[in-house]
Amino acid sequence: MAQGGPAIEISGLNKWYGDYHALKDIDLQVEHGERIVICGPSGSGKSTLIRCVNSLEAHNSGSITVDGIAMKDAASVDSIRSEVGMVFQQFNLFPHLTILQNLTLGPIKARGLSKADADARAMQYLERVRIPDQAHKKPAALSGGQQQRVAIARSLCMEPKIMLFDEPTSALDPEMISEVLDVIVDLAEDGMTMIVVTHEMGFARKAADRMIFMDHGEIIESGVPDQFFNAPKSARTKQFLSQILQH
Amino acid sequence: MKPILALTALLLLTGCGAAGNWGWYVINPNTTQGANNIKFLLNGFGATILLSLIAAGMSMVIGLMVALPGMSSNRWVRLPSRIYIEFVRAIPLLPMLFWVFYGLPVVLKSMGISVSIDAFWGAIITLAISDSAFTAEIYRSGIQSINKGQTEAAKTVGLNYRQTMRYVILPQAIKRILPPLANQFIYIVKMSAFASVIGMQELTRRANELVVTEYRPLEIYTLLIFEYLVLVLAISFFVRWLERKMGSDESR
Repeated sequence: MAQGGPAIEISGLNKWYGDYHALKDIDLQVEHGERIVICGPSGSGKSTLIRCVNSLEAHNSGSITVDGIAMKDAASVDSIRSEVGMVFQQFNLFPHLTILQNLTLGPIKARGLSKADADARAMQYLERVRIPDQAHKKPAALSGGQQQRVAIARSLCMEPKIMLFDEPTSALDPEMISEVLDVIVDLAEDGMTMIVVTHEMGFARKAADRMIFMDHGEIIESGVPDQFFNAPKSARTKQFLSQILQH
Repeated sequence: MKPILALTALLLLTGCGAAGNWGWYVINPNTTQGANNIKFLLNGFGATILLSLIAAGMSMVIGLMVALPGMSSNRWVRLPSRIYIEFVRAIPLLPMLFWVFYGLPVVLKSMGISVSIDAFWGAIITLAISDSAFTAEIYRSGIQSINKGQTEAAKTVGLNYRQTMRYVILPQAIKRILPPLANQFIYIVKMSAFASVIGMQELTRRANELVVTEYRPLEIYTLLIFEYLVLVLAISFFVRWLERKMGSDESR
């Protein structure tokens, strides 16, 4: 849409859960094609932040503009959601549908594609996440890593401009983490704009253009990976990195 | 079917042992009188089944219409559904039946709507409304038992509320809803006996009428109980079969 503007522009964002101040005056600008990794301790608001971007959480004040669309009413939320794909920690595949049906439900019902077109598109993205042979199985028959790759393919089938990943590997067995990260790296290399909430620092060094560290609902530090990992400015960032990188 | 046979045998045996107390002749199919009586009693099946089916169908539709707004995040949308459930659930079936059959036409007439409610529709309306409060709660518990992540995933692939319900939530909820819903249907079948008091010619009414002319309550009511037993067991078997059919393909 608005070619010149940023992909995502968040300013003065506040979110409360009752008395709990989950996001405090967040300002964040994401350029087209930029890959951002957000890390931080649990409860720091990183998931809440990306869930606000596609309005899975309603914010209390501040503004969110995605690809030139300002979030204000239900119609703008619908338009924003059609630009933004999301991958969840728990995969959230539809267990009663086959893999192929999981991928085609959105394109057919929400976008009005014919079944043949939707199937073709789904198979194309299943190839891309390297599991075309599982198309006619139910999600429960797949491993966690495969399920998460299906979830990524399901998002891609909606042909989003921006992808949000909410701890995509946190629910996976260790040996399945890399197969999922590889797919995300592939996407990153193709120039997809993405925000990834993760603790996988190896992945972050490799794929991120910019690192963001959040704590207690605030963005504490933000910078390119090199500087972020080697010379963090904030003491809290240092402490956090030493805790997760010590092994 | 074995327990039924055993029970029947037992009843017949006690009948033989204490001749004089039992008068199975009233429903002896080998005599004209007995055959006619049996035919008269069994003819009530149609009405009981039709009554229960229509009432259950209406209850399922009303229940869903009450349950869905009942889960809204907006309390003003939620409130009417809550009031309906609490109110309807508190009214015993028999007084409601009287009110619908004798009272509702008067209310409608005062509003300028002149309809007569016969026993059949009076019973159906009462059963459907009275049952819908329970069906609504069954729907609610079934739908709320589906992980919130399913709704979120549906939103991110562009589905609206109706599509999310239809393609994602309800197909999953129905498996969990089916057993309590079947329970509720059995309840309707049994409660349909109350329709006899407003003159509906179903199983119980016919038994009552026959008792008055034959004066053999023991035998006739025994047969009546077996009629309900057969009906309910048939429903149970059907639901088991349905559950197996619907539940078998989740992991494939």
